[in-house]
Formats: sequence, structure tokens, C-alpha cells
Amino acid sequence: MNVRLYLWQRATAAVMAPLVLVHIAVIFYATRQGMSAADILSRTRDSFAWAAFYGLFVLAVSIHAAIGVRNILIEWTPLPERRVDACIVFFGLVLAVLGFRAVAAVVLW
Amino acid sequence: MTTELSVSLWRGAQNGRYETYRVPQRSSQTVLDVVTFVQRHIDPTLSYRFACRVGVCGSCAMTVNGKPRWTCRTHVAKVAGRGKLEIGPLENLPVIKDLATDMQPFFEKWQRAKGAFAPTQTRNDPIAQIKPDTPSRKAADAAIECINCGVCYAACDTVRWNADYLGPAALTRAWTLLNDERDGGNIARLQAIAGTGGCHACHSHQSCQELCPQALNPTVAIAALKRRTAAAYLKGEIKV
Repeated sequence: MNVRLYLWQRATAAVMAPLVLVHIAVIFYATRQGMSAADILSRTRDSFAWAAFYGLFVLAVSIHAAIGVRNILIEWTPLPERRVDACIVFFGLVLAVLGFRAVAAVVLW
Repeated sequence: MTTELSVSLWRGAQNGRYETYRVPQRSSQTVLDVVTFVQRHIDPTLSYRFACRVGVCGSCAMTVNGKPRWTCRTHVAKVAGRGKLEIGPLENLPVIKDLATDMQPFFEKWQRAKGAFAPTQTRNDPIAQIKPDTPSRKAADAAIECINCGVCYAACDTVRWNADYLGPAALTRAWTLLNDERDGGNIARLQAIAGTGGCHACHSHQSCQELCPQALNPTVAIAALKRRTAAAYLKGEIKV
């Protein structure tokens, strides 16, 4: 890891910390209130706030997790650094696509 | 008290094996005494490295019952459970023969981390007046007693997993020089430790500070280097 990746990982961690707390609070609220999927979707649909909240979450997770997996691959596999970098770019993109698809599913439809 | 020790010593190079010897146990006996006994009384072909025998030179470090230690200051009574000792070469370094490792990678990483003093004055200039109570001098003093024994390097998981990683000793040296106001090589030094294998590879496992025979804390130095390099990068003083 170099200083640039270090800063990205720390910055995304700082972004995620409050988002995780809100996310957990939302899960507690939704389950305690006995909300159905339809109830939840009625609140999230067309909501710019939820789209921005979870969109930022997905972006931070994709960057943060990819850098973490990069460290694991460098330390635990014999793969050369360039190949590791290619793998983690792909991994980060997969996380982002899956995450944004889920965000779109609860906000747009 | 056991009167005889069962001592397993690494014999051969990288693909060697442990061989067991019987060594008389004595009071105030050090691990280096045990190794020396084997060489002088049982097998003179045993290779190992030592010089001062009093914890100054840093040349006698070996793996003792699974942990890297300076053998001249490690008492047998403190480490030999049930009268048994297993003594091997330092880990994370190539083995030359028996208990002697090749320290070249260790010192090459000192060079890579810009561990050499970069003077800003000549011998003709007046001697610099350094106040001992400034924060930077205190930080330098906290890490300056490193004896280059390689114990931290052998204890470090990150060194084991990442061949590029500079290791605790080289980074602690870099931190010492960063805090030395007489030194003029700090930008090049920050540049050297901010890249791949630099200070940011450290996972803060802290084996270095736990096993350092001089009771130094390389983890603290490395954490400080992470902050210092991050600040320099954000200011545009260094690039990666």
C-alpha cells in the first residue's frame, strides 16, 4: 500500500462510519416497526435523500473494500502487483455495479 | 532444577534441520553461552554470530523457542521451559549456515528508507546546538538506541508476507532522522517510505515493540510516519 491508497482507505472509512450507524439504526427501526417490504419501498421510492445516502455508501464501500482486498492479495498470494491491481479494479467495479443496482431497485422502481 | 539442557540447534542452510545436543545447565547462563558451549565442546563446525556479548553490538540475535531474541542478554532460566531450548536462525532472512543469517536484505532496506544521515553543514561550520527538550529531539531520542539486531524484522508478520516491506528497523531509523533538525534529506526520505512497501504496509501488529530488546516502539514511529507522509502528500511535497 502506498500513501495515496492509504488516504483513500482512511477517507472512505471516515465516510462509512456514520453511514453504518445510520444504516443499522434504519434496520432496527424497520424491524421494530414491523414494516413490510412494500412499506419500506413506499418511503424510499423517488427519495433523493435515500438515493444519495446509499449511493455514497456504495461508492465508499467499493473503494474501501477493493483496497483492503488488494492488501490481502499482495500479502497472501504470489500474484504480481499489476495483476493484483487489475483484479481489484474489477472487484471494486463489481461491488459498485451490484450496489448501485440495489440502490436503483429501492429508489427508482 | 534440571542439570542438563536439551538444546535443538538449526544445522545447515535454508533446507537444514534441527539437531539435539545435551548441554549442562548453569546459573546465570545465557542462550549465547549455550550455543558457545556446543561449538567449543561438542561440534566446532557450528556457525553463529556474536561480538560484544553485552547487548551493544546487536549481532547475536537468533530465534529462541519460537521468538527472536538477543541471545547474549537472554537468560536460559527465563526461556527454557522444562529444560528445553530450540535455537534457530532469525526468520525473514536467508540462512547462510546454521544460526548465521544473511543480513544484507535488512541493511539494504535501511538504504532504501534513506536511513543515512544527510548533513546540511560541513565540519568547518560551528557545532549545531540541539536543545534536548524540544518535541522533535525527544522523538528522535526515543528511537535512537536501535542496535540493528534484526529482532523486530524477524518478528514482523508484514515482512514475512510482503517482501517489499521495509520493516520496523528501517522505518524507525527514518523516523529518527526526520526528527533530527541537522538532517536535510527529509523530502527524499518521505518519498522513499511513502511508496509500495513503505510505512503504510504496516498492520500495527506490534510484535516489533513487544520483542525489541532495547524496549523501543517502532509501531509508534511507523504510525507517526504514516501521518507525516500523508500530510506531505496532501501538500504536494511528495508523489507516488
